[in-house]
Amino acid sequence: MKALLDLFPALLLCILCLCARGRGVELYAALTAGAKKGLRLTAELLPALTVLFALIWLLRASGLPELLGRLLAPLLSRLGVPEDTVLLMLLRPLSGSGALAAASEIIGRSGADSLAGRTAAVMLGSSETTLYVTAVYFSAAGVKNTRWTIPAALCADLVCFLSSAWICRLLWG
Amino acid sequence: MDIALLLLLCLSTLFALLTGRAAEAGSAVLDGARAAVSFALELCGALCLWSAAMELLERGGWSARLASALRPLLRRLFPVSTGHGEILEALSENLSANLLGLGNAATPAGIRAARGMARLGGEGRDELCTLVVLNTASLQLLPTTIASVRASFGASSPFDILPAVWISSLLSVCAGLGAARLLRALCR
Repeated sequence: MKALLDLFPALLLCILCLCARGRGVELYAALTAGAKKGLRLTAELLPALTVLFALIWLLRASGLPELLGRLLAPLLSRLGVPEDTVLLMLLRPLSGSGALAAASEIIGRSGADSLAGRTAAVMLGSSETTLYVTAVYFSAAGVKNTRWTIPAALCADLVCFLSSAWICRLLWG
Repeated sequence: MDIALLLLLCLSTLFALLTGRAAEAGSAVLDGARAAVSFALELCGALCLWSAAMELLERGGWSARLASALRPLLRRLFPVSTGHGEILEALSENLSANLLGLGNAATPAGIRAARGMARLGGEGRDELCTLVVLNTASLQLLPTTIASVRASFGASSPFDILPAVWISSLLSVCAGLGAARLLRALCR
């Protein structure tokens, strides 16, 4: 199991290439076209990341999240959630790039294989930008009243954060 | 979004001034902006590789295959709207693109489904809320962006978080759908 997960990127590429070839896709052309999209994605991400990294770095240097983490520490430690992830959990429903910046900051500072780094990665990987998605769908559908959507979606986010913290502690704690 | 930005910016500047961290905070802003560029460069390679892999999925037509396999599940989740052919089609396209991580395909299909549900009114609008709750939970089977971030910070095995991400996503989707069902009953 461990060897399979370690080799995962290579295995996945093999499987995808084999399947795509079987369905008559031109591999090299498709791969380079896809990589070009990745380049565009990075370019689109960069302006938002520049602004938000500056903000997150400033926030972190001001000591505000630390204070918040210390205030919430009794609750967080009882729930088994790393204090470092407070900022990430607050930003996650609001801003996708903001959450990516916050998670990257945690992963960079604590290390990619640390418990806090892994927890941040799992939290980010198993949630979405709740409020943004809700706004996009309801405004596109022309419906004003979101009724129970936001409470239910935030409830899902809360479960996501708690379960991420618990599973990471169980697996790597 | 703008209000949150303004609030965080002013609060942290004020807080840094009050706690005597002016020097650190001042240089942190510029450090952050610089870190963003080197981070994006670090991330770029892996992101391009995964976009290339996703392109194979897209061109191979796997999304359509997965979509037809998902229909029974969707009929249970959205009993009213799936009675309408074009909504069912948009829904299954949305869900399968979400699972495969093809965000660019998922949103337009989801919006088509949402518009159809809004037109139905009544029960359709209830199901619209369920659709949005489903889309605010992450369904992506391969979280490639976060794996790329982990790789750029030297993770020994960037994808070893996969099982944790799957369990956590599944629990949160169930919680969201459960909460939606409960709140819908309460709202009546």
